[in-house]
Amino acid sequence: MTETATPLWEVFVRPRNGLAHRHVGSLHAHDAMMALQAARDVYTRRGETLSIWVVPSSAIVASDPAEKDMMFEPTATKIYRHPTFYDVPDDVGHM
Amino acid sequence: MSFASCDPRAAWLMRLGDTTLVLGHRMTEWLSRAPTLEEDIALANLGLDLIGQTRLFYTRACELEGGARDETDLAYRRAEPDYRNPLLVEQPNGNFADTMARHLIFAGFATPLYQRLAASCDAETAGIATRSARETTYHLRHAGEWMIRLGDGTDESHERAQAALDDLWPYVPELFEADDLDRAVAASGFGVDPSTLRDDFDAAVDDVLARARLAKPAEPRGQRGGKAGRHSEHLGHILAELQYLQRAYPDARW
Amino acid sequence: MYAQGLNSTDPAAVEAEDPDRLAAFQARIDAEEKIEPNDWMPAQYRRTLVRQISQHAHSEVIGMQPEGNWVTRAPTLARKAQLLAKIQDEAGHGLYLYSAAETLGVTREALYDQLLSGRAKYSSIFNYPTLNYADMGAIGWLVDGAAIMNQIPLCRCSYGPYARAMILVCKEESFHQRQGYAIMVAMCRGSAEQRAMAQDALNRFWQPSIMMFGPHDSNSTHSELSMKWKIKRFTNDGLRRKFIDATVPQAHSLGLTIPDPDLRFNEATGHWEHGAIDWDEFARVLGGDGPCNRQRLKHRRAAEAEGAWVREAAAAYAAKRRGANERAA
Repeated sequence: MTETATPLWEVFVRPRNGLAHRHVGSLHAHDAMMALQAARDVYTRRGETLSIWVVPSSAIVASDPAEKDMMFEPTATKIYRHPTFYDVPDDVGHM
Repeated sequence: MSFASCDPRAAWLMRLGDTTLVLGHRMTEWLSRAPTLEEDIALANLGLDLIGQTRLFYTRACELEGGARDETDLAYRRAEPDYRNPLLVEQPNGNFADTMARHLIFAGFATPLYQRLAASCDAETAGIATRSARETTYHLRHAGEWMIRLGDGTDESHERAQAALDDLWPYVPELFEADDLDRAVAASGFGVDPSTLRDDFDAAVDDVLARARLAKPAEPRGQRGGKAGRHSEHLGHILAELQYLQRAYPDARW
Repeated sequence: MYAQGLNSTDPAAVEAEDPDRLAAFQARIDAEEKIEPNDWMPAQYRRTLVRQISQHAHSEVIGMQPEGNWVTRAPTLARKAQLLAKIQDEAGHGLYLYSAAETLGVTREALYDQLLSGRAKYSSIFNYPTLNYADMGAIGWLVDGAAIMNQIPLCRCSYGPYARAMILVCKEESFHQRQGYAIMVAMCRGSAEQRAMAQDALNRFWQPSIMMFGPHDSNSTHSELSMKWKIKRFTNDGLRRKFIDATVPQAHSLGLTIPDPDLRFNEATGHWEHGAIDWDEFARVLGGDGPCNRQRLKHRRAAEAEGAWVREAAAAYAAKRRGANERAA
């Protein structure tokens, strides 16, 4: 009894005002409305949610882990982007 | 122990509690049998809402009649004629379309009922109704979205959804027929006259049926009796199962 | 959550891998780095995880049935709501776990097929019947208690999606064991009949519960690789001992007797020592010949078959809407 696979959705919830939506898991549904309802029933059972996003998993474009050196290493050497790189004279105090 | 409540407010709240008790029981029968894992979780949520409403309605009813009984007495220690739920909610689950059609009808009735009851002169009851209306609004959405998909899905699902509506429609009129008790609690500002809810019900249900490409059944003469304690054969079986432990071990404390 | 020590890895299959990649992979594991879905991983690591996570998911889904057997008969509305919420959590945990398995490139439909065809295993404990209401207490207390021993280390499993699913499961499940023990307390403080039910439940669920940790380490030849890959972090016997040490005093507090005449406290080691476990029975039940194996699978198959037309309807509706949107665009 093999059926066509039901589309997979990724679920993001925002637990409190001021926080960003965070990925909490995934689920199966045939359309967006059913995905939203299922997300509500599956991922908000303990009342910690103000907002839900559902996104078709197929819509997510991911970077290739094998390319992580090319993609992300170059930023690691640019330490001048961080405030601690700069010395401020002690008598100036907190900046 | 006298089983009928002489306080009309308590008697009327017990009807609401009996209705959600019986429908909640039906929802728990679905557990591990739903069409998808996601839907198993959704149906359990509907059931949990109904059990929660039952406890609140019963508890408030018991307070109003003086505190001699509690929710367990009402749920577990009465006989069939003491239950005053409409016949709709004791109808068997059938297939998924039968259950969703039953739930659409229930939620289409209960939501405006609870919304009006939120203005009850009894603050406790008003609070319970406010909370419950939020829950059944979601039930209406969930059952409605499923009816739309079943009605406008495949030929088979359309036939099943239409058959479910046709089978259940005879139980619709009872929901909206006011009796003396309904009129009395409505007149006192405590409760709601169900005959005033039909327009809201029709608006909600008609919208779903139109989107579902389902035909609204002709208004039947209808089956009635539950609100007066005359039930279908199904209630006895529900109670036999529901009450089993309390009846078999009356001395136990659970 | 009901992982069981059934899982094995085949060392021979690993030898076929590129040694450089394998070494780099092992170095990441040793450095406690998480492996994520798109990362390179040995085929055997992937297979082991798919099998373990899906067995775990199947166990949650099949595990709904023995407790579901009492939800319509729960003795109070409060107990009914608690039980329903717990069983609902099990469905949720099955769903989280299937999702974690799906990140490894299998579909839920394929995993269902494995379960329904009888090829996949699930925790043997759910092939035992629930015969009295105290079984709801015993399952929460013992079965969930045993599961917690297994699942807490899995929160640190090397595979990221599995570890994250387990963290969510553990967070939600913290009430399950307490819910079960609370039922046992009420039963043991109740009537003589209730105490008899509680003892009967313990008698039937004790052995199957301690079997949940899987065979003795001496007979579990393939767990070495799982340990090396940090899919598994403790041995079967180690977890079993931890469980027994925690549970025996809880049974005594209830005034119940553990059904093991050889159970004794070893002053020297500070641990409880149990008598012989009937591993023939374990193998039989796991192999399909337990009291409820056929019943559980038949129930699952019936639900899947009865739901097919509903899923088809949802798919057909979605296809029509997509078609309508494309025409409108």
